[in-house]
Formats: sequence, C-alpha cells, structure tokens
Amino acid sequence: MSEEKHHIVPYRVYIIVLLALLALTFASIGITSIELGEYTVAGALIFACIKSFLVLTYFMHLKYDKKYIRAMVVFVFVIFVVMIVITFLDYLYR
Amino acid sequence: MENNANGEHVHYDAEASKIGMWLFIFTELLLFGGLFLIYSVYRFKNPEAFHLAAEELNTSIGALNTVLLLISSMTIAMSTTTLLLKKKGATLGLLAITIIIGIVFLVNKYFEWGVKFDHGIWPGSEHLLNDFSQGEILFFGLYFVMTGLHALHIIIGLAIIVAAIIRIRKGTVHENRAALLENAGLYWHLVDLIWIFLFPLFYLIT
Repeated sequence: MSEEKHHIVPYRVYIIVLLALLALTFASIGITSIELGEYTVAGALIFACIKSFLVLTYFMHLKYDKKYIRAMVVFVFVIFVVMIVITFLDYLYR
Repeated sequence: MENNANGEHVHYDAEASKIGMWLFIFTELLLFGGLFLIYSVYRFKNPEAFHLAAEELNTSIGALNTVLLLISSMTIAMSTTTLLLKKKGATLGLLAITIIIGIVFLVNKYFEWGVKFDHGIWPGSEHLLNDFSQGEILFFGLYFVMTGLHALHIIIGLAIIVAAIIRIRKGTVHENRAALLENAGLYWHLVDLIWIFLFPLFYLIT
C-alpha cells in the first residue's frame, strides 16, 4: 500500500523560514523607498524571487519531495520567463 | 489492500494526489502569469501613469497583509507536521489560526477597496474615466482584477481548509492519510506565492 514514509519537517525550520520571509519583506519595502530609478523594479523583483524560492522549497516541501516534482515546477517557471522574454522582444524590436 | 467499514476497497495514493494538485497549481500559475504579462506590457508602455497611480495605494495596509499571509503560510505548514506527529488538537488549532488570519486579510482588503470606492475609483467609474489618464485607468483595472481574483482564491482556500478541519475531526484525515491537508497547504501557499509578487508590483514600485 502507498503508506510511504513522510518526511516530518521540524517546527524550527518553519519558524526560521518565516523570519527570513519577514526580513526580506521589510528589506524590499526599505529598498523601494530609496530612489533607485530603474533599479527599483529589478530590486523588488529580486526580493520577490528569493521569497518565492523559500516558499516553494520549504513551505511547499519541494526540498523533501521527489526530484521530478521540482523539475516540473522549474519547467513551468522557465516557460513563463520565456513567454515574457518573447513578448518583450516583440515590443522592443517590432 | 485497504477496505473501509463496508468492506469496499478504498483507493488512496498520496503521491498521485500531490501530482494532481501540482498540475492544478501550474494552471493557476499560468492564469496569474498571463495577468502579470499584461501588467508588465502596460507598465512598459505607460511608465509615468503607473508610477502616479501606484502612489494612490496604501503601502502600510499592503505590507500588513503580506505579513499576515506569510504567518498564515507558516501555521498551515506547521499543521502538517503536527498531524504527522499525531497531535490532532494542535493541528486543528493551527488551522483555526490560519482561517482567522485569512479572514483578517479579507477584512483589510474590504477596507482598502472601500477607501478606493469612497474616492470614486472603481472599474468604469465616472471619476476614473473622466479625470485619469489611459495608463492610470489600466493600472486600476489590473489592480481590481488581480487583487480581486487573489481575494477569490483566499475565499476558496478558506473553504478547503474548513473541509480539511471537518475531515480531521471525523478522523478520515490522519497521519497515514494526510494528502488532503497537504494539498490544502499547497493551495494556501500558492495564494501566498501570488501575493508575494502582487505586493511589490502594485504597492511598492512607485
């Protein structure tokens, strides 16, 4: 029967990840309140990407799941990035 | 093979339900992905208007909602651990906290949208159409559609958590049958994930 062994994630891991996420949130609020011009968008998006990586890896258990699930998630994100890049190539060089 | 009380075969496959949930999450990501794509193109074409319109949004209430969602993500993630450790009471408690935080998020959203409505800003309102530029109209259109769709996902997520609570109380979800709670958690984290991008794109980049 499919009663596979579950990896039980200790509470400590979740608390550390939450603290990291909160710190990154306040850091992104801080960095966007400074006038960085064009880099504001890039800065905020980099913080958002790090945060989503933490959520996917620890809260959504990708770190503890079988590798092919992680591969599928990466694939979907790559498709999305390709979609954005192609759209902007069109707008920039039409 | 496992059988239930009536002697019927009960099919349970934790890995298959997890993959099913992930496939569903992919469709959700592409749904919001399409909206993010529209946002990036409109922003690219109307940088000044988006800058101006974003100033209208209340960063503090957005930040508060971000903190709330992150905490609720932790509580529901922890509830899986407590369930696997056979601490039923703690699991139900953590899920109840998650639900309360989700409701507080929606209440904040209600007040936030209420302020916009008081200022005469809603999709298709006269004030918006007559006194704002094309780019600002696009910004507020996306703001209402994307945060509204996100709030709808919060409501659905809350319903799934309620279903998980009922099953846990009845004893059909337990440490050997945790898939429903794990999938409820995945859905709630998806909602959190989308907000992680909505918050900087609408509230922070001004």
